[in-house]
Amino acid sequence: MRDVAIIGVGLTKFGELWDVSFRQMMIEAGARALEDAKIDGKQIDAMYVGNMSAGQFIRQEHISSLIADHAGLVPIPSTRVEGACASGGLALRQAVIAVASGIHDFVVAAGIEKMTDILSGQATGALATAADQEWEVFVGATFPALYALMARRHMYEFGTTEEQMAMVAVKNHQNACLNPCAQYHTKITVDSVLKSPPVTLPLKLLDCSPITDGAACVILAPAEKARKFTDTPILVAGTGQASDSISLHSRASLTSLRAAREAAKMAYKASGIEPKDVDLAEVHDCFTIAEIIAIEDLGFCKKGEGGKVTQEGETAIGGRIPVNTSGGLKGKGHPVGATGIAQAAEIVQQLRGEAGKRQVKGAEIGLTHNVGGSGGTAVVHIFRRGD
Amino acid sequence: MAVPRFWREIPSRYNLIGTRCGNCNQVHFPPRYLCPNCRRVGKLEPYKLKPRGKVISYTVVHVAAEGFEDQVPYVLAIVELEDGPRITAQVTDCGPDEVRIGDEVEIVFRRMGQEGEEGVLYYGYKCKKVS
Repeated sequence: MRDVAIIGVGLTKFGELWDVSFRQMMIEAGARALEDAKIDGKQIDAMYVGNMSAGQFIRQEHISSLIADHAGLVPIPSTRVEGACASGGLALRQAVIAVASGIHDFVVAAGIEKMTDILSGQATGALATAADQEWEVFVGATFPALYALMARRHMYEFGTTEEQMAMVAVKNHQNACLNPCAQYHTKITVDSVLKSPPVTLPLKLLDCSPITDGAACVILAPAEKARKFTDTPILVAGTGQASDSISLHSRASLTSLRAAREAAKMAYKASGIEPKDVDLAEVHDCFTIAEIIAIEDLGFCKKGEGGKVTQEGETAIGGRIPVNTSGGLKGKGHPVGATGIAQAAEIVQQLRGEAGKRQVKGAEIGLTHNVGGSGGTAVVHIFRRGD
Repeated sequence: MAVPRFWREIPSRYNLIGTRCGNCNQVHFPPRYLCPNCRRVGKLEPYKLKPRGKVISYTVVHVAAEGFEDQVPYVLAIVELEDGPRITAQVTDCGPDEVRIGDEVEIVFRRMGQEGEEGVLYYGYKCKKVS
């Protein structure tokens, strides 16, 4: 297996992009990534695109062909990858495997979701198809409800508080203010989170990530060829993926995601990196409780202490382990298929030292954690500076 | 939900019919087509679960799933049945603030929803606190 490096990243603005189409978004992110990598489109050998549900959001399937066509990249192989909200992370992993195996040299890993062309209620319904339709959604479950069930149990077992969950949202909005691509550039307070309208208690509106349009793209190359394109190639040091039951109730624990723990174990082992070595992480904070559970599952703190370490500022920029410097899903926005790729793009920018006002000083090792559904799929990547 | 899709699961939705593996004795709900422990050597048979359990976690839903809008706020819970499997179900016949983790519940037969003005009525299980 060959070492793999990221040589370019590109993102669209995240938000309600009513004047930009699905295809425009993908081309914009792709063109920025190619430009960043200083590579010609003709050199690209293959592409993998993470997308949860263009079929439901814009009634368009077969987007692999659509994107290759509009990117002027036909006839290279183009493959859509789906794993609900982990689609982007899975696309990245497929691209990494393709380069590592030697089948392809220069590969695009992209992610995209256009979610605001339908009403927000319909978008919520589309997202709920990532849960078990027969035995969760049929009885009245929504996505926020499933995470609220985790939150209530976490509060019961470990004493986690609604204030601690609110602090995740406050921190991520603060970070998003420093990210030009982010959907929200508004600071919020613990009080405003607690007083925001109830969605599915204990989760309130400001505990939830928004509905977002956006696309993201990274360019991969074999490490030995990466230096021709950049002085700061970022190595993919480890990749891990795991599965669990689609329904939350079928799992032994409601307060930890086994798929995330297994994916992390795989990525840590492949890279020889331990949790204490990681300088920063982008984790899947689709709801505030999800970030608390994520930092526990990844080994950044003891089980049950995710709320406490958040409260103590350990996950803020300047803290022991900065989490979601981009603003996370909460502040940057969550175009579901794009999220896993956007997480990788943030880590690349941080490790290059190009993250501007949100830069984590001296960052050398970063991690991404991307979850599908309520935890039926998880994918973890670890990156390090390659210079 | 398409009528055949609902109709196929009626035994489970009306009468809590799951499966039990004759090889390892594990009980599953909803029914499975392969025992996850024994795989091909498993011997699955229909099994009627006892309609009793306790609340493992709960949430009060204010923004409803499609088709449940007229029921808000409603309580949704994960319930561990006495036979072992856990299910997601609404807690009915009580106020939204009356449910706690550890509450004993019984599974009851209820109307779940309907398909338009003249369409199919969906029935299924909810749970109710045991006093």
